[in-house]
Amino acid sequence: MQFAVIVFPGSNCDHDCYHAVAHVLGQPAKFVWHKERDLGGAEVIIVPGGFSYGDYLRAGAISRFSPVMKSVADHAAAGRPVIGICNGFQILTEAGLLPGALHRNTSLRFICKDVYVRCMTSRTPFTTEILPGETLRLPIAHGEGNYFCDAETFAEMEENDQIVFRYCDAEGTPSPEANPNGSLGHIAGICNTGGNVLGLMPHPERASEAALGGDDGLRLFQSTLSVTVS
Amino acid sequence: MAKAHVYITYKNGVLDPQGEAVKDALSSLGFQGVGDVRVGKYIEIEVEKSAPDEIRGEVEKMCQELLANPVIEDFRVEIPNGNNNPQPPKSEA
Repeated sequence: MQFAVIVFPGSNCDHDCYHAVAHVLGQPAKFVWHKERDLGGAEVIIVPGGFSYGDYLRAGAISRFSPVMKSVADHAAAGRPVIGICNGFQILTEAGLLPGALHRNTSLRFICKDVYVRCMTSRTPFTTEILPGETLRLPIAHGEGNYFCDAETFAEMEENDQIVFRYCDAEGTPSPEANPNGSLGHIAGICNTGGNVLGLMPHPERASEAALGGDDGLRLFQSTLSVTVS
Repeated sequence: MAKAHVYITYKNGVLDPQGEAVKDALSSLGFQGVGDVRVGKYIEIEVEKSAPDEIRGEVEKMCQELLANPVIEDFRVEIPNGNNNPQPPKSEA
């Protein structure tokens, strides 16, 4: 499975994603600079975390106009897998590939710690090997991860099975206490209606091998291997 | 060049944690009776147009496409020396 990791000025998790895919998962991976349009036949696109364009104006607001984003949108429209992690999630919402927006954590603090998330659906290419109800331990590192959308959109997402991860306690129960940033419905990750585009605030690449303190995150990348990409 | 002033604020109903923190700080400083505090952005833009309606049209388009995120933010455009009343905050949604 060929992976492409998009690199914006200010991306800082691009090499972590590359490492998780190329060295831990053992799949071909390449970097694609944001000025390029050619994804080089990649089957899975990773939009990594960081502070693209210094978070100017709003996190992800400027990055979505990069030339590569047109190719990412085409890839997504063709039903192929795209994952946006942290700043990558923010970019995908700004680009309109995912609904809603991510705004300031209710605590106003940048939060860097491990959290638990409950997998709500196996329908995305990144959760095919994770059962609904399973709990993963993943790191978060963000100041703007407070997911928001209007009530109508939220109801649609619930109905369409678009909520993929919710913050929860160690036993897997979502609760306000387990929600680090105040996100609506304890949302940690969502997908588009087609299920092929996933955005999440936690960093699976930072939990992709035991040496990093945990390998729950590797399961998201492993899941893609059982997906047939046309 | 003519100038436009753009005010971007969180929509009503969207929690503004920064505003809440400022409100708490004002109270702890001893300011009495402080109500809701909302923190927003202010942007000055120069455009090569002179008719206020044209400037407004252009800048409102900029707001819709980039400057504001319609999911969580409203915007208001003011043209100095232009006719600015009444101009309620706008959003796409």
